[in-house]
Amino acid sequence: MIRNVLEYLEQTTTRFPDKVAFATEKQSYTFAQLQQRAKQIGTALLRFGVKRAPIAVMTEKTPDMVAAFLGCVYSGNFYTPIDVTMPKERILSIFETLQPVVLLIDEKSQKQTDALGYTKERLLLEDIPQVIEQDALLQIRKTAIDTDPLYALFTSGSTGVPKGVVISHQAVVNLTEWYAETFSITEQEIIGNQAPFYFDSSVKDIYAVLKTGARMEIIPKQLFSFPVKLLPYLEEKQINYIDWVPSALCIIANTNALEKICPATLKKIMFVGEAMPTKQFNYWRKYYPDALFANIYGPTETTVDCTYYIIDREFADDEPLPIGHACRNTDIFLLKDNRLAEEGEAGEVCVRGRCLALGYYNNPQKTEEAFIQNPLNPYYPEKIYKTGDIAKYNAYGEIIFLARKDNQIKHMGHRIELGEIETAVQSIDLIENCACIYDTDSQKIVLFYSGAEATQAYILKKLRDKVPKYMFPNVMMQMETLPQTLNGKIDRLQLREYYVQENQ
Amino acid sequence: METLLKILAEIRPDVDFEENKELVDSGELDSFDIVTLVGELCEEYDIEIGADDIVPENFNSAEAIMALVTRLQED
Repeated sequence: MIRNVLEYLEQTTTRFPDKVAFATEKQSYTFAQLQQRAKQIGTALLRFGVKRAPIAVMTEKTPDMVAAFLGCVYSGNFYTPIDVTMPKERILSIFETLQPVVLLIDEKSQKQTDALGYTKERLLLEDIPQVIEQDALLQIRKTAIDTDPLYALFTSGSTGVPKGVVISHQAVVNLTEWYAETFSITEQEIIGNQAPFYFDSSVKDIYAVLKTGARMEIIPKQLFSFPVKLLPYLEEKQINYIDWVPSALCIIANTNALEKICPATLKKIMFVGEAMPTKQFNYWRKYYPDALFANIYGPTETTVDCTYYIIDREFADDEPLPIGHACRNTDIFLLKDNRLAEEGEAGEVCVRGRCLALGYYNNPQKTEEAFIQNPLNPYYPEKIYKTGDIAKYNAYGEIIFLARKDNQIKHMGHRIELGEIETAVQSIDLIENCACIYDTDSQKIVLFYSGAEATQAYILKKLRDKVPKYMFPNVMMQMETLPQTLNGKIDRLQLREYYVQENQ
Repeated sequence: METLLKILAEIRPDVDFEENKELVDSGELDSFDIVTLVGELCEEYDIEIGADDIVPENFNSAEAIMALVTRLQED
């Protein structure tokens, strides 16, 4: 049994030392090169003399970034990838929670970190010497256990402060073993990676490569806007396997691009991160009748995936795709008023098993609220994670996602708390009051605000420093005052009605 | 052109669309912007933008975007 993800790297390097592991247009690493580089980075990190401590990695998405992750692990610590394009305030808020021991940067991100005014320890990847202290690295491994943290990923928090989900080696090994076996991933696979490395679905792509000896082609981000450039790229790189956010697949479907170019190499097509619209799925299936399609579901707190559905029958365009069944070593149940929901009855998706995160970094209160004692088991301590997603079983016994319990949404593959946007807008000087709703049909974030002098351009300009672009409202409606319920809360129902009326 | 500049300014108020002629090549516009923009253009000008037209050349400058819109309106 694998206890530490470095065992994947080491075993695969022994099998395929000279096979390419990770590649972009500009850089590629074989497994042997990757291992060597990771050990060098690990050695350079030894001087900080810490263990199980967070290291922030803020670089371009390259093979070297993967080496940096693994270098953190070699040094006995865990990594947190940071999106270099995130607004300053958000990065600083993450650093405030995380208190990283050191920030790993590259020449490209150096300027951005200069602009942050970050004065603590930084280490430039390009400056790391080619020195490996093998014995010291081995000593660290001897004391490592499988429940040690591997990474912490930050997700949107309703109060405006992102939460750092801490995931253990054990959970990622469990995920990787299940994933590689279920989808028959071998060293033959060429994975076309779309997910940014600060986005948890990339974890599957990365560790599937390390376990099996497959190859990852990191697809240039800008290609995803241009289907007629992206599809020939997939063909040229012989990519046969993709696990993308549905928005990326939908752009191709909505522009009918497969009609012109339909890469013959594609065999396995997965989607995760948000609901895949069935109409666009059916479009893909028309062009790939023999491919394996899987709809995958899971919050970051359950280590990427907790349910999956291999699509094995026909669906009408208006019929939702099931999120299916529990992944290995995972138990899913639907809770309704602290009892199991009956067949056909809606309940909250609850998760039990190896996949559960260790908790939120430096945030015991949120951890306690989200990871609770299993209400069905009063006999011994057992944690479950309540996802906040409402679902039901269909006649096939498959889980169907219905809605969110709270104000969390999935937009362009990103998980967003509308409260985080509201907190950011509220902090703008000319704003009096604000509230957001989500229009699921047209996939738009709608902001209502009051504040006579606040123009839309002003709001957007101010938001740039506060939240990532995917959180920007797509529609902004100015009101004199926002409607309130009897107990003085903003009346979101009335806002929604108003929005529907305005759009008729 | 005025309407177009207004749409562009709503999507990205921080970009100088009258000056920048390498919006895509310089990485100024990313996939979020392009997807949003395509949606807005289709809605505002009542056009359909097919895959063949969604290429960097057509989005590198406000003029190029306007030329695309005009051509599709004439089709």
